[in-house]
Amino acid sequence: MKWFWYASPQTFFPLARTIALWAGAAAVLLALAGLYIGFFVAPTDAQQGEAYRIIFIHVPAAWMSMFIYVVMAFWAALGLALNTRLSGMMAAALAPTGALFTFIALWTGSLWGKPTWGTYWVWDARLTSELILLFLYFGFMALRAAIEDPRRADRASALLALVGVVNVPVIYYSVQWWNTLHQGASVSLTRAPSMAKTMLAGMLVMALAFWMYSVAAAMLRVRGIIRERG
Amino acid sequence: MGGYGWYVWGSYGVTFACLLVEIVVLVKRETKN
Repeated sequence: MKWFWYASPQTFFPLARTIALWAGAAAVLLALAGLYIGFFVAPTDAQQGEAYRIIFIHVPAAWMSMFIYVVMAFWAALGLALNTRLSGMMAAALAPTGALFTFIALWTGSLWGKPTWGTYWVWDARLTSELILLFLYFGFMALRAAIEDPRRADRASALLALVGVVNVPVIYYSVQWWNTLHQGASVSLTRAPSMAKTMLAGMLVMALAFWMYSVAAAMLRVRGIIRERG
Repeated sequence: MGGYGWYVWGSYGVTFACLLVEIVVLVKRETKN
C-alpha cells in the first residue's frame, strides 16, 4: 500500500468515493441485521422489559462518540507532526459525525433513563463527561469556522482536539472512579459480558453498522472539503 | 412495546432521522459538484 501516495488530497479524492460506497453498503446491511437481531431474536429483558431495546443504539452510539474523537485527535496529531494537509481535512470531516453520535448517545440515554431511573437527566459523572464531549466537538468545529486560513485552522483545532482527548478515558472510567447512577460496563475486553449472547450480538452488529456509517459519512465529507480547498 | 413505545420509538426514530439527514446532505453536496 502506497501510504504516502494517498497522503495527497488529490490522489485520495477518488479513493474516498470508493471507500464511501463500500462502507455505506456495509452499513445498510449490518444495520438491517442488527435491527433484526435487536427486535426479533433478542429476548425481552426480565427487569427492564422492552425499554432495554434502546441499548442496541445507545451503547454503539456512545462507543462511536468516543472512538471518533480518538481517531479525530489521531489525525490532528499527525497533521501537527507531519504537516500533511489531508490530516487536518480528515479531522474536520470526522467532527460533525462524532458530534451527531454524541447527541444520539445523550438522547437515547435520556429516553432509556426515564423508564429505568425515573428521570431523563441527572448530573452524574458519565452523563456530564459525555455532554462535555459534545461541547468539545462543537468547540472544534466553531474554532475551525472562526479562522479563515485553513492551515491555521488545522493547527489551532488540532491543539484543541489533543487537549480534549483527555476527556475520553474520563468518560470510560467515570463509572469506576465515581459513584454514578449510570451502571458499569456490561461489555469489557477483560471479562465475560453480563448479558445474553443474542443481546450482545445485536449490540456488536449495530456498532459495526455505525462504524461503517461513520467511515462513509467522513469519506463523503472529506471529498467536499478537498473540493472546497482545492 | 409493553408501554415503552414512546421511549423506544423516540430513540430509534430520532437516531435514524439524524443519520438520514446527514447522509442526504452529504450526498446532495456530492452530486451538486
